[in-house]
Amino acid sequence: MVNEIVCEDVAKVYDNGKEALSAISFSTPTRGIFALIGRNGAGKTTLTRILSTLLEPSSGRATINGLDVMADAGELRDRMAVVPQEGRVIPWMSPVQMITSYLLWRGAGYREARRRARDAVATVGLQEHADRLNRTLSGGMKRKSLVAMVIASEADLIFLDEPSTGLDPISRKGLWDLLTGISRDRFLFMTTHYLEEAEAIADRIGILDNGRLLALGAMDELRASMGEQYVLRFPAGIDLPALDGDIVVGRDGMAQVMTTEEVARSLSSTLIARGARFSMNPVTLEDIFYRKVGTDIGNGEGGD
Amino acid sequence: MSRLSSQILASILVNAIYEMKNYPVILINTLISPLSFLVLIFFVSRGELLGVAILGGMIMTMFQSGMFLQADLSHLKNDFRLQEMVVASPTGPGTYVAGMAMSELIYSSPALLILVVLFGLFVPITFFGALAITVVLLLMFLTSVSLGFALATISSDIVQSFGFSRLITTLFSTLAPVYYPLELIPQPFQLLAYLSPTTYTARLVQALAGFVEVPVETMLLDAGVVLALSAVFLYIGIRKARWRER
Repeated sequence: MVNEIVCEDVAKVYDNGKEALSAISFSTPTRGIFALIGRNGAGKTTLTRILSTLLEPSSGRATINGLDVMADAGELRDRMAVVPQEGRVIPWMSPVQMITSYLLWRGAGYREARRRARDAVATVGLQEHADRLNRTLSGGMKRKSLVAMVIASEADLIFLDEPSTGLDPISRKGLWDLLTGISRDRFLFMTTHYLEEAEAIADRIGILDNGRLLALGAMDELRASMGEQYVLRFPAGIDLPALDGDIVVGRDGMAQVMTTEEVARSLSSTLIARGARFSMNPVTLEDIFYRKVGTDIGNGEGGD
Repeated sequence: MSRLSSQILASILVNAIYEMKNYPVILINTLISPLSFLVLIFFVSRGELLGVAILGGMIMTMFQSGMFLQADLSHLKNDFRLQEMVVASPTGPGTYVAGMAMSELIYSSPALLILVVLFGLFVPITFFGALAITVVLLLMFLTSVSLGFALATISSDIVQSFGFSRLITTLFSTLAPVYYPLELIPQPFQLLAYLSPTTYTARLVQALAGFVEVPVETMLLDAGVVLALSAVFLYIGIRKARWRER
């Protein structure tokens, strides 16, 4: 059995005629973290819901580790745990009560569920809040509770739709550590709007826009797919040999250009010779994303 | 503990036990509706309709359970996305709904307990009569749960859901002749009362308890109507409900 997600021409058109996914095909290994990025309406949630057996595709076929998301949904559901985009903790319950209930739904016995719930709550650092009502927890703690729920599930396929939305930077960093920890022995499929998040923790990244998959791969592969691999920043007034590519001048008076490694090296030699301050960095996911998707605000009305 | 019993227990814990444990004040809420009408009818009838009103309280409690189910299913699905987390788990739709329905019975158990005690004290009846009434009440529960399930599939948020719940509870268990005999209301309204499933149930239990005289054929017809309504609502619910969305 091949351990990968395989989508073959997976399309989704909703009843109102809105096309959320247009026949996308890809495969990606089910190990580590896969992050799906895209703007609002790109189709991220639709694809996540199809793969996590919550939504029927209009056409096409998707398999996870050889199991069809339609025909083998029962078998897949034994092995997967999902926190949907607007998944929230139930305010009238404590983290331990909520996780215990979730584990019972997964078929665990009560004592075992209770024990695993306490262990998971401790794993995410919420042991002191384990028996407080969820409504009294902070936003970060609530998110951690949901992550504890999937940790406790012992499912090996985990789907998280925008798990860090609304978190402050410190809470988000804490969540990254948890997700990275989970991904050591389980596959985590997540969506996010935060490009730096995907770049920081994902092993492979998919870029979705208007229901089409524009790129997929590890960061190095995505960089390699670009014509330019480096971003050079230097004072705007400096006279340099003709450059390919757009030069963007920022409010700080620094010019920025994306270029090949060869040109970047040559330019940096010139800038050093002229005593100019400059920086040269590999292109980031943000650079790749804007290059692939464009910077038009768009209407974001697709079926996310 | 089998997998099935674990899954049913999960629904009961989430929708009844933890709620009652963490917010004890809601226990009063489950008591207030059925018992307040009972007290009202008791005073207005100077005690004459106490037995009928106790049966009415039981019917209302059973009927309310289905309406609570409708609101709870909708609330958990739309506001917390809990149902999606359950869909992507080994629990199936039948087990989930059955567990939720049982949780409503647990939720109503304080009121039921008081009503059962009052029933034992004030409704003179044989063991088999009590057994028959229990069966009819369970049938009422099945009807209301089926109706609640059907409504939950079409309500998209909690405000709409509570709207359905309040409207139907008022129509079917407050305005309908549940706490008093059908004959006490004027003729045109008697006919209208037959639009409510609780009317048939009320007539059945009142007849079984000996409070009204109804021919056996009519009782069988009433039972048939309640059964048919359960089947229709259940069918609508199953047809409309989507465990995995399309």
